[in-house]
Amino acid sequence: MSDDSARSSETEAPESATAALIDAARRSDLGLVLGTLLAVYLVAALLTFTDGLNSVVGLMRTLTFLGLVYALAALALNLQWGYAGLFNIGVAGFMALGVYTMGIVVRSPDPAFGPPGFGLPLPVGIVAGMLVAAVVGLLAALPALRLKADYLAIVTLGISEIIRLILQSSAFDNFLRETIGAGTGGGSGMGMPRNPVRDLFLVDGQAGTPTALGDLVFGTVGESGLGIANTILIDWAYIAVLAGFVIGFFVLLERLGRSPFGRTLKAIREDELVADSLGKNVDLIKIKVFVIGCALMGLAGILWFGSQGNVSPTPQFMPVLTFYVFIAVIIGGSGSNAGAVLGGIVFATVLFEGPRRVGASLRDVIDAETPPSFADALVTLDPTAFLAFATDNIAPLQFVFLGLILVFIMHRRPDGILGDRIETAAAVDLSERPSGGETDE
Amino acid sequence: MSSDIPDASDVADAADGADATGPPTDEPEANDSAVEEAAKHVPAGAPPLRVEGLVKRFGGVTAVDGASFEVEQGSLTGLIGPNGAGKSTTFNCITGVHEPTAGKVYFKGEDVTGLEPFRMARKGLVRTFQIARELEEMTVLENLMLAPKGQIGESAIRSVTPGLRGAVVEQETEIRERAWETLDFFEIDHLATEHAGNLSGGQRKLLEMARALMTDPEVVLLDEPLAGVNPTLEEKLLDRIHRLREDGYTFLLVEHDMDVIMNNCEHVIVMHQGSVLAEGTGDEIRNNEQVIEAYLGEDI
Ligand SMILES: Nc1ncnc2c1ncn2[C@@H]1O[C@H](COP(=O)(O)OP(=O)(O)OP(=O)(O)O)[C@@H](O)[C@H]1O
Ligand SMILES: [Mg+2]
Repeated sequence: MSDDSARSSETEAPESATAALIDAARRSDLGLVLGTLLAVYLVAALLTFTDGLNSVVGLMRTLTFLGLVYALAALALNLQWGYAGLFNIGVAGFMALGVYTMGIVVRSPDPAFGPPGFGLPLPVGIVAGMLVAAVVGLLAALPALRLKADYLAIVTLGISEIIRLILQSSAFDNFLRETIGAGTGGGSGMGMPRNPVRDLFLVDGQAGTPTALGDLVFGTVGESGLGIANTILIDWAYIAVLAGFVIGFFVLLERLGRSPFGRTLKAIREDELVADSLGKNVDLIKIKVFVIGCALMGLAGILWFGSQGNVSPTPQFMPVLTFYVFIAVIIGGSGSNAGAVLGGIVFATVLFEGPRRVGASLRDVIDAETPPSFADALVTLDPTAFLAFATDNIAPLQFVFLGLILVFIMHRRPDGILGDRIETAAAVDLSERPSGGETDE
Repeated sequence: MSSDIPDASDVADAADGADATGPPTDEPEANDSAVEEAAKHVPAGAPPLRVEGLVKRFGGVTAVDGASFEVEQGSLTGLIGPNGAGKSTTFNCITGVHEPTAGKVYFKGEDVTGLEPFRMARKGLVRTFQIARELEEMTVLENLMLAPKGQIGESAIRSVTPGLRGAVVEQETEIRERAWETLDFFEIDHLATEHAGNLSGGQRKLLEMARALMTDPEVVLLDEPLAGVNPTLEEKLLDRIHRLREDGYTFLLVEHDMDVIMNNCEHVIVMHQGSVLAEGTGDEIRNNEQVIEAYLGEDI
């Protein structure tokens, strides 16, 4: 409360119009998320407008997709780590389990290429993917959660790598094919079932035969209208579905957080002995929340990698993916669901894709030969040559950039963008005493 | 229990039903209400708390060495002893924080040795900590609302499913009202929306006791609830404890201030080097040779 009043008195007289705008956006989660997206779009448009409409819409599509899938993963991790303090470093593994299970269940038993599957409907595959992630989460949690927090971290990191290496193994692939008649594809991975969103626009997903909806959309804004590539439009339709899932995750987690269940999670994060001494079955609650989080990670994996055409264990599910999701949660502010969404978007667009895109655009306008090595770039004493070297080697530099940003955040805003915000842990309003209560005493 | 601390039994009853629908691991608790009900009508002879030959060793250190005592129904019993006598360790063994090396703990005649803290709390035995452990990042009101037993909203499914959440909100409204009344009772209602981490030492002690009472316990173990509390507040707290005792609560109080013990407790247990040295009324204890010796001639 005191924080709130301090903040509102602080903002009664904002220094400038932008400050007022930022403040208004801070008060509304949706405003903040949309505002961030808008700023990202603006920069994306600036970077690509010279290349035409398709480039602009295409880049926006890529950025939005990445932002939303990271938001999904960050939300799931926020439930485990932000609310309950469970340090799960196996996010990549649980996402891999989700998407691989879905692939195996849904893929045709007799495919043109790749490993055979069971040929079951997609919804069955999605549920199966979440279940498998949840069950493996349960098996990991049962022994590890009873031990100290560090053990869970080690166990989950180990499990995630074991999952990746098993999926990578052709021996395991062969074993599966011989026993259950379906496989993983080993190191070369497997093709993903066709995205049902595509079928909304194209009969049987074939490029030449649009449906009525396809005709309408392609005719107005698509290739036969405004000229945006049809595939980009279909991608945007899927992004709308993703946005729906982000909202779904968000609502689910907010309801969980704002309830007695969320209250026990918060208590466990702070002091397990207190929760225990007040009659809360700490082990059981931790297992529950861990399993729910793993199921959501499985679903996030399906929505993310299941839409990418092909999955393969390496490099898609390397531990660095988990690290990225953690950065997203840290940036947004662990414990805040709105922060997780925002962190996912900011990480994916500004930190992950941003440097590469900006670097590439800069390289196009720099008129210089790229020096062969960093030393050469330095000794030329020519800033354009140095810039050319930097933009050509943006990928490794990106990690330096990421590190600097993390140090900056830890230093200036250790709670992340929204981590200082107080999320009520009750199903009712606690800000004021309900009237009628103050009768006696 | 009368008006001062609102009764939570209706809340608890609602929840016992919910427990049965929980996952299988929850099953043992499903019977708790039955056990509790039965225990409530235990023959008048069974004391709410009895400890028999309790031993707790930490490696080479014997913290509790064969302590045996009883706490009477509706009493305010004092537990005293020099530093390191094993008082807090005894509390930890009773509440299940530590598994006793040997000995038995009985709650209303039932053997509860080694039960986890949460099971003890659900049975109606709750404790406060010597060093206050409030949940700093939660508000005072949230700290209190965490405590009540049998909250149906502690089930994740009930909290998120649209049709079932209504009942959760209803119960939350009741719990919030009870929390406010308890805050009134301890006169910390002005701190309700404050983060517990911002409270002063004395206020933390009050919060800790208020939170323990929100579990609707029968026996409350208080580990130095008055340490660091100013005299005015101390008077208030003791007054609260007496009023609650009249309402049927049973208290076991650890305290170093002899005057407080002598003036408030009708029965005093003295621990020394892990075992019970003497027991009796304040006057008996005051004149006990061994006790005087244990306190090295300190004036008691
Ligand atoms: N977790 C532990 N590990 C090892 N030794 C312990 C532990 N807890 C307590 N002890 C030891 O047990 C003995 C009794 O400690 P305890 O805290 O029960 O004393 P106390 O009577 O509560 O003292 P005080 O009045 O100072 O609070 C001490 O010697 C202490 O060092
Ligand atoms: Mg002690």
